Amino acid sequence: MKHLVFAAGFLSATATVAVAQTPELTVYTYDSFVSNWGPGPQIETAFEERCGCDLNFVGVEDGAALLARVRLEGARSEADVVLGLDTNLVAAARETDLFAPSGVTAEYDLPVAWDDPVFVPYDWGYFAFVHDVDMTPPANLRALAESDTSIIIQDPRSSTPGLGLLMWVKAAYGDEAEAIWEGLSDNIVTVTKGWSEAYGLFLEGEAEMVLSYTTSPAYHLIAEEDDSKAAAVFDEGHYMQVEVAAAMETSDTPELARDFLQFLVSDTAQSILPTTNWMYPAVMPEAGLPEGFAQLVEPEKALLYPPEDAAALRREALDEWLRALSR
Amino acid sequence: MAARAQPISPWPGVAAAALVAVVILGTLATVAMRAESSGRFAPGDFAAIRFTLVQAVLSAVLSVGLAVPVARALARRRFRGRTALVALLGAPFILPVIVAVLGLVTVFGRGGWLSGALGAVGLPPLSIYGLHGVVLAHVFFNLPLATRLVLQGWQEVPDERFRLAAQLRVEGWAMWRLIEWPMLVRVVPGALAVVFALCLTSFAVVLTLGGGPSATTIELAIYQAFRFDFDLGRAALLSGVQLVLTVAAATAALIAGSGAGFGAGQGRAVRRWDARGRMVRALDGAWIVLAALFLCVPLMAIVLAGAPGIVSMPAQVWDAALVSVGVAVASTCLVLALAVPMAAAVAQGRFGVVEVSGLLGLAASPLVIGTGLFILVRPVVDPFALALPVTALVNALMALPFALRILGPGARDVVAAHGRLALGLRVTGWRFLLLILVPRMRAQIGFAAGLTAALSMGDLGVIALFADPETATLPLQVYRLMGAYRMDHAAAAALLLLVLSLAAFWSLDRGGRWHAEA
Repeated sequence: MKHLVFAAGFLSATATVAVAQTPELTVYTYDSFVSNWGPGPQIETAFEERCGCDLNFVGVEDGAALLARVRLEGARSEADVVLGLDTNLVAAARETDLFAPSGVTAEYDLPVAWDDPVFVPYDWGYFAFVHDVDMTPPANLRALAESDTSIIIQDPRSSTPGLGLLMWVKAAYGDEAEAIWEGLSDNIVTVTKGWSEAYGLFLEGEAEMVLSYTTSPAYHLIAEEDDSKAAAVFDEGHYMQVEVAAAMETSDTPELARDFLQFLVSDTAQSILPTTNWMYPAVMPEAGLPEGFAQLVEPEKALLYPPEDAAALRREALDEWLRALSR
Repeated sequence: MAARAQPISPWPGVAAAALVAVVILGTLATVAMRAESSGRFAPGDFAAIRFTLVQAVLSAVLSVGLAVPVARALARRRFRGRTALVALLGAPFILPVIVAVLGLVTVFGRGGWLSGALGAVGLPPLSIYGLHGVVLAHVFFNLPLATRLVLQGWQEVPDERFRLAAQLRVEGWAMWRLIEWPMLVRVVPGALAVVFALCLTSFAVVLTLGGGPSATTIELAIYQAFRFDFDLGRAALLSGVQLVLTVAAATAALIAGSGAGFGAGQGRAVRRWDARGRMVRALDGAWIVLAALFLCVPLMAIVLAGAPGIVSMPAQVWDAALVSVGVAVASTCLVLALAVPMAAAVAQGRFGVVEVSGLLGLAASPLVIGTGLFILVRPVVDPFALALPVTALVNALMALPFALRILGPGARDVVAAHGRLALGLRVTGWRFLLLILVPRMRAQIGFAAGLTAALSMGDLGVIALFADPETATLPLQVYRLMGAYRMDHAAAAALLLLVLSLAAFWSLDRGGRWHAEA
């Protein structure tokens, strides 16, 4: 018995030493990434197997809250990597001077060219209106505005998809955007704080369409074997969301941070993302897309402002939105 | 003016109030100081302030206005299931916002049960979206709370008054003028202030049911300042506006509600001999049935939505439930430790500021408190290690105003009735607290503890700002499940949350009433 106690004590002592020597990597991300149903747990296991390190995820609400957190912490941040910004936030993130070049090389399968030295795209999707298959959706945003189809959208001030739609209308219609919003105002049943509320209300039957992603029906197809939902293809093109990660300049393990970014675009990580984050992989995995993704609609035209343009336009676009919908 | 001798010192209560004020104002100041420039209002902010005020006043007046007849009916009638109904009154208030909204929409929405019924007889569907939807939801959340607060006013009228009234044949109008109206004058302003403050900081309900950006509240403007513009100065400024409005409402309520009490009784169970006419009974019955339907049908929708998924719920939901119970226990202990001395200080009548400080917790934006605490603790410890203690603390601050509202009037009566005798017998300080104040206020303490536990369990609080994968609370887990498209499991987890919160509320509330008639 004594031996056992001794052995246990010895083992735990060595284990402590081992832990102390293991480098730690802290990754700040949005909450749904770290949840048990998001990519976090699988990514963590897969990366820890190869890095001999301890990967810690820290979840912060969503992309915008994530950036606010990093700005608040500044150079004293514990974060080594920030994962989960999108192109609408990249310019503001770049301005903080907190992020370091990634050194990542990858053959991206994005509908747009990507050569940013700092921000590494790991997945992407198209914003789209999701509807029940038994309705015929309008052909574009203008037709939607002229129709009496009811929609639920998210508030651009508190939600990433909400901001995405703002940029979508702006990218597709430019100076006419405000007129389009005025036309849409009587279609909008309500505007919610976040994606979950909107999607929940849509599933309750409160509106015919909801702002989401073209990949949303894949969840219903794959996880629920339910083919009753579809995303509408609009002929003026669809605004994209490209989700990116970046290493912090202040990281005390910069190499490990770069390794993690490279791992994010590896085959292993990229095959985890589609069915956990429900987005397209940034680099096509060797095995291709999971079944169910093949049935998704594919927009003909991708719309995306470069980060600097998006940052310059969003204030104006928000004011137009507020004016048009407050009337 | 020489202060009259008191059996219990007000200073612990004043210290507790100061502590609360320091946490709330300190976090606000921290955020303001961290800002790069001093805050300025943006063009839309005044519209937001105006809309916030309009909806909060409407919601408060309607909730409390409807609560008076409902509470009156409940105070006068005894029927089977009354205890259960009074306990259920806690339910809407403690639900996570998103769950309650989905429950309401299932009943009142465009595709809801009521619209379905209207459609069956050829009428157009209801629209819940707009100012009326916001007010409807706020009444759903707050009518029960207001009813409990007003009902408590009735229950604090000593039995002797009703006996005397019965002997003197005081009924109807005279009863109203002599007993009910003076009681309401004391209780209603406080209830109005609490509901007003609660609706002032409401945001997700208002936005979701308000139907668009014209329903922008101050809290949403804070959100925008913080995450869209990263303008901490403006966030702090707007948060300050919320605080000022709440303090103004609280002060007004304090002045309006400072009437004399009913004096002491022997604390026997109240019996009523008045209001036995058939008309009055029918009217009371109608109020009770209507209120019960309004509250229970959406709850039923939540139960029906959640029941199918409850067996297949992922294990993490149960872990989160355990975490939530722990947080609820911690914040309940904290609230009682703060609120009982604060109520004792309020009871002595000279420390209205204590009560106002208690209300601050409602007016403070969780986003601002959370951010301020984050900035404050960061140099000392890893804030993520403190996620749960901070959540428990913030939940306690949010529940404190309710606890004070519940404990304050009772403490006042106990000190007024027994203070002099206790002084004469030299039962003071701790002994007065343990031998007289706490036992006499068992029912109020139980109610306050139950409400805090349930509120803390159901509130998302600031956990979303601090969480790591292992420390999710149940409300956060509900949001995570929804965010991962798992609406069925989210509904089931919400049902579990409802059951747990109600169980906590019921057991503590009942515990306080042990040996007394409800």
